[in-house]
Amino acid sequence: MATSTDPAPTGAPAPGPRRRYRSYAQSVWWFVLPAAALYAFAVIVPAVQGSLFAFTDWDGVSSVKHWVGLRQFRSIFDDTNSLTAIKNTLLIAVTVTVVQNAIGLLIALGVNSQIKSRNFLRVLFFAPVVITSIAVGFLWQNLLAPEGALNQVLKNIGLGGMRQNWLGDPKVAIWAIIAVVIWQFVGYSMVIFLAGLQGIPDEVIEAAAIDGAGPVRRFWYIVRPMLAPAFTINLMLSLIGGFKLFDQVFVMTQGGPGGATDTISTLIYKDAFQLGRFSNGAALAVVLTLFVAAASAFQYRMISKNEG
Amino acid sequence: MILTALVFIFPVFLLLNIAFKAPGDQSSTLALPKHPTFQNFVDAWHQGALGGGLINSVIVTILTIVFLVVFASSAAYPLSRLRSRWSTVSYFAFLAGLLLPMQLALLPLYQTMRDVHLLGSLSGVILANVGQSMPFTIFLYAGFMRALPHDFEEAAALDGASAFRAFWSVVFPLMRPITGTVVILNAVFTWNDFLQPLLYLSGSGNKTITVAVYGFVGQYGAQWNLIFAGIIISIVPILTAYFVLQRYIVQGFAGGLKG
Repeated sequence: MATSTDPAPTGAPAPGPRRRYRSYAQSVWWFVLPAAALYAFAVIVPAVQGSLFAFTDWDGVSSVKHWVGLRQFRSIFDDTNSLTAIKNTLLIAVTVTVVQNAIGLLIALGVNSQIKSRNFLRVLFFAPVVITSIAVGFLWQNLLAPEGALNQVLKNIGLGGMRQNWLGDPKVAIWAIIAVVIWQFVGYSMVIFLAGLQGIPDEVIEAAAIDGAGPVRRFWYIVRPMLAPAFTINLMLSLIGGFKLFDQVFVMTQGGPGGATDTISTLIYKDAFQLGRFSNGAALAVVLTLFVAAASAFQYRMISKNEG
Repeated sequence: MILTALVFIFPVFLLLNIAFKAPGDQSSTLALPKHPTFQNFVDAWHQGALGGGLINSVIVTILTIVFLVVFASSAAYPLSRLRSRWSTVSYFAFLAGLLLPMQLALLPLYQTMRDVHLLGSLSGVILANVGQSMPFTIFLYAGFMRALPHDFEEAAALDGASAFRAFWSVVFPLMRPITGTVVILNAVFTWNDFLQPLLYLSGSGNKTITVAVYGFVGQYGAQWNLIFAGIIISIVPILTAYFVLQRYIVQGFAGGLKG
């Protein structure tokens, strides 16, 4: 291949690998610098500042700012609204991760088979991922309204007893939001599993089939282990996405009724930009970061265990 | 599979159905429109100032992607090629950004934007987007680059090309598939971003399409025909981009899985 393009000897000796390495190493920081500067500006510096604000009593506007240590964190755990938001966030993250990936995997197995409409289906299932969360939120707000399409369909097919005030009932609303989020992002899981499935050579599966392994055994002993990297990325993305959920809640319920569907993210927004409790929002953001870090560390351990 | 497909098609049917109904049509949301009309689209376009929102979203999305492709690909190059401790440390420093929730940085970044007079301007949103999408983009590029043979750039280096030249003339063109993935995924993220444009652009004349649609719904409360027409207008450009570039999505993830 490229070895055929070795240059003819010239006057100066051709630079050896070591010299080349050194010249790359010298220019390395010029390659990284713009990315690092933008990343520092938009992520690292404000994240550090945000963590520090969590230990003050700043309202975000006044010039007075006192160091109050862990007071904001204690008040989070004394506040029913914050506790509900934390509980909702954990519920959303765990449920979405489990259900979205289970359904995503089943769909991926389905559209990876030789059915005729597979290309159409792949596009169809991924389309909601592409659509603005705001649009998805409004669409489902209409669908789930008391006189909305879902209740009409339930009535028409004789399941009128199942009709609900989907977004207006505190007990039901959080599950309605979870269902919408799964509907929106199941295509994302599907695509990642599909990418993993396409990396499995057909011959391996065929060999197992010839040896008499049924579909379930083939999946469990051959496909599942080879999908390990896809599982890792999928679980990571959906868990982190679930923890940070904002847009859909903000559009469909604004955290209501009565704070029943608030997530940590919607509460941070309210604290910081509506209620003048800037440092309380910052403390909630730190709590959210700790959740995400803990979940990531846990997953990292699971991966190392499985691969080691 | 058919049932699942129905669950996905039904909301799309509803979206189109309601958007094409005449404003006076009192029939159920499930019934087909008696007199289909484009009038809702015309009204939504004018009343929601969606044209300005679309233009702003196009500007923000294109500039964000250009900066990301240039800076993330060039940063990922040494990070994936060099085996020094510093390059490993820098790579993980970037990946840490995947874990940091944006909410932690949101409040201070808002104030920084205010202090440097970038509130209300598209450049502020673009800067925030580029910085925040850097970790994921570098992750995609670095994964792809590890699988890329060194032969071509070594040949270029032997021919006397600088690292800069070897990268832009030889390595970058070889990365077309992953650049396609980077473009489509970041276009989707950027186009759909809501909270940051809402905060950084509120009160100014500038709006992205998500903020314009959100404001439009607030103003026209229960006029679902208008709202759904506006929503369709807001998703058509990104859906079109997706249909054109969709084959890169599976490819890109396949590359990421190997890396």
